[in-house]
Amino acid sequence: MAVNEHLRTIRWAAWLGWQMESNWTNPFLFIIYSIIKPITATLILVFMYLIILKSVNADPVLFSYMFIGNAFYMYVAQVLFGITWVVHEDREHYQTLKQIYIAPINFPVYLVGRGISKIIITTASVIVTLAFGILVLGLPVNIWRIDWLLLIVAMILGLFCICTIGIALAGISLLTARHGAGINEGVAGVFYLFCGVIFPITFLPSWGQSIALFIPITYWLEFLRRAMVPETVSISGLVNYSAQEMTVLLLVSILLFLFLSLIILKYADFLARKKGKLDMTTAY
Amino acid sequence: MIDWRLNLRAVIGRAYPRIIGSFREPSWLFFDIFLPLLGIAAFAFYYQALGAPSVFIGFVILGGAMTAYWLNVLWSMAAQFYWEKEVGNLQLYLMAPMSRMSVLAGMALGGIFFTSVRALSTLTLGMLIFGIEIKIVSPGSLLIVFFLTLFALYGMGMMFSSLYLLYGRGIWHLSSVFQEPIYFVSGFYFPVKALGFWTALLASIVPITLGLDAMRQLIFAGQETMGFLPVNIEITVLVFLTIAFIYGARVALDFMENLGKREGRLTLRWQ
Repeated sequence: MAVNEHLRTIRWAAWLGWQMESNWTNPFLFIIYSIIKPITATLILVFMYLIILKSVNADPVLFSYMFIGNAFYMYVAQVLFGITWVVHEDREHYQTLKQIYIAPINFPVYLVGRGISKIIITTASVIVTLAFGILVLGLPVNIWRIDWLLLIVAMILGLFCICTIGIALAGISLLTARHGAGINEGVAGVFYLFCGVIFPITFLPSWGQSIALFIPITYWLEFLRRAMVPETVSISGLVNYSAQEMTVLLLVSILLFLFLSLIILKYADFLARKKGKLDMTTAY
Repeated sequence: MIDWRLNLRAVIGRAYPRIIGSFREPSWLFFDIFLPLLGIAAFAFYYQALGAPSVFIGFVILGGAMTAYWLNVLWSMAAQFYWEKEVGNLQLYLMAPMSRMSVLAGMALGGIFFTSVRALSTLTLGMLIFGIEIKIVSPGSLLIVFFLTLFALYGMGMMFSSLYLLYGRGIWHLSSVFQEPIYFVSGFYFPVKALGFWTALLASIVPITLGLDAMRQLIFAGQETMGFLPVNIEITVLVFLTIAFIYGARVALDFMENLGKREGRLTLRWQ
């Protein structure tokens, strides 16, 4: 019974999120908006690469490593940030957080539902970015050689993991002001730096590599790269890990993060109620 | 007749909550200082992975520090009147007897203060952690470029603020769209010259493009060949942009306020 209620919450929260994301303009403008942002973000890295190495062919493995990592990292930046921003948006912009709190729904499930609309939009951005990479920049991805099963399983696990981390950050957002978005940006920066998104983790100092091996995003990105361009495993720093070992590590770290996220949300929720922060507005 | 005393008090009054707000939760200073550094460090490691000369890491750190100002201008200047309208403060500003430009100036002053904490700490820590050697060509010119960049940039933010005033979420998303594309075309992480003359010239409408380019030439002696234009020309253009944006902000604000009053959109929320 509870599962049905949660599914219903997810469905309506996702619908609400989609309406809020997409109903502000005509579809053409919305598509432009969804394309320009990810492509220019990727072009920053492409230009940095080209300024130093002059051509994609100079090091296609490193280029693929960077490009795929950066493309899929959009999920971390958009979904994680999206779930977190729900708190600010509902609390301060629409001032509906208190109504959501007293509604007979599970708050973390509501947050995940809102995240689903972000997942849909980000999926479009990731596909466009990868297509741009393959068709325009010569990214060496052969769609007939992609391990689709690995890719799909990794995506499901990875997105679940990103949503759990988003729940923790949403909890912290219950206690911060609107301009405290630097926290989200910073946490996204932690993953960007330590998870081997745009450079192999072997370039990190040894303590940094230890952090990388603790975070599930590292394994998730590695799975995606192995599914799309298996050659990248030679530089990733995870060459000694088999697919089975990585699956276990990914699942264990996801469970650990899920547990931590729920604790953080519960404690933040307790503090927010106690300090009366559930309906605060912070227009600094 | 302009009441300078009243307007000065309005500037201080609007800057005050931003300055005090930044100290309200000291723990945020940690997040504001250290966490942004991580994203910048990723770009630095990326350059290392590519085998780039260390000066490029210096470019990244400087660009990364300056992103704080661009984000502040987009989200806390340009979008602020829209936000004030959403939370119901805008009508109070309009009822008060001071110039609206004073409110914007106070907003900019407070924004510059708390953003500078983040930018300067990012710059200092980044340079120290990555051991980047700095050779400042002319400290005086550097200060002039830095402050001119801020004046022009916040002038642009003030102008956007009035344009954002009348519109709803479409403009909110526009801010979001302006983020990464401007990082790209303004050369936050690589010399803007690499984009080609005409793209760099078009990007120069955003003051931070020329400001960053000039600062790189002044902070990293010997890298002038990577500069887009000579520093003197960039200073001249920045002066022009400062005057143009602040004047434009005043004109746009008057126009939008009158239009908003006529169409009854100044108190229209959640559109």
